[in-house]
Amino acid sequence: MGEAEPEIEGRRIAAEARDRVRFEEEALELADQVYRVARRLVATREEAEDLVQDTYGRAFRSWQSYTPGTNLRAWLLRILTNLNLDRGRKIQRTPDMQPIEEGDYYLANKMAEAQGEQVLDQERVVEHLFQASIVNALSSLPHDFRDTVVLVDIGEFSYADAAQILDIPIGTVMSRLHRGRRLLKQQLAEEAIS
Amino acid sequence: MSHGPCEACEELLQGYLDRELTDSEVELAESHLDGCDYCRRRYRFEVSLRQYVQTTAVERMPVGLMDKLSQLRSAGA
Repeated sequence: MGEAEPEIEGRRIAAEARDRVRFEEEALELADQVYRVARRLVATREEAEDLVQDTYGRAFRSWQSYTPGTNLRAWLLRILTNLNLDRGRKIQRTPDMQPIEEGDYYLANKMAEAQGEQVLDQERVVEHLFQASIVNALSSLPHDFRDTVVLVDIGEFSYADAAQILDIPIGTVMSRLHRGRRLLKQQLAEEAIS
Repeated sequence: MSHGPCEACEELLQGYLDRELTDSEVELAESHLDGCDYCRRRYRFEVSLRQYVQTTAVERMPVGLMDKLSQLRSAGA
């Protein structure tokens, strides 16, 4: 082999180090957005912090498996949701124990019933709901539904991204989203109409 | 009060809200919304509910977490 080899190797290492720095910086810029999703997937702030730290630890170690130009936020959330599963989250109520589900319009209909149809024309009608109720209602959803609702409604991921992150078919994303949102509204309705 | 005919729209409007419909479904949803007061009100309600859930359920990252994450870096360390 020629004498140039150490130089080529040196350049390769330098280029890799640059890529790595860039990857880490881009990942860190997304930390707040990743945390927001994490926070609603777990019960406490401490758990969310741990989960995000574990996620970044793993992401920084396996940065080379990320394909530049693809959705980095989705890539990070995929690590995060897998770690969350690995943590052996508690065995939960099975979906067949769910109460009867109401339709998508359930909450709106309940509010209209209680206060008259015109209430829905009010700009701030949803502010009749309490912040704490929303957070509680989200956290009481069965895990599978909550993951999907949080990714789409809080994380603003597309159905396709959510499917990729959770490694489930897109049709499953849609059905979990539907059921999850309906359950959420059912819960909110119980508290709002009082 | 029964709104049977609008049940199919309930589902369609979720996809519409998520911007996940095909062009022809979007047309269908919009033409329905144009003609149906009942659904239009509920659609607006759904939009503001979504925004409200987003803003109320969001918690910013705790101070100090960014430093902890930065310390996990290998390259920049």
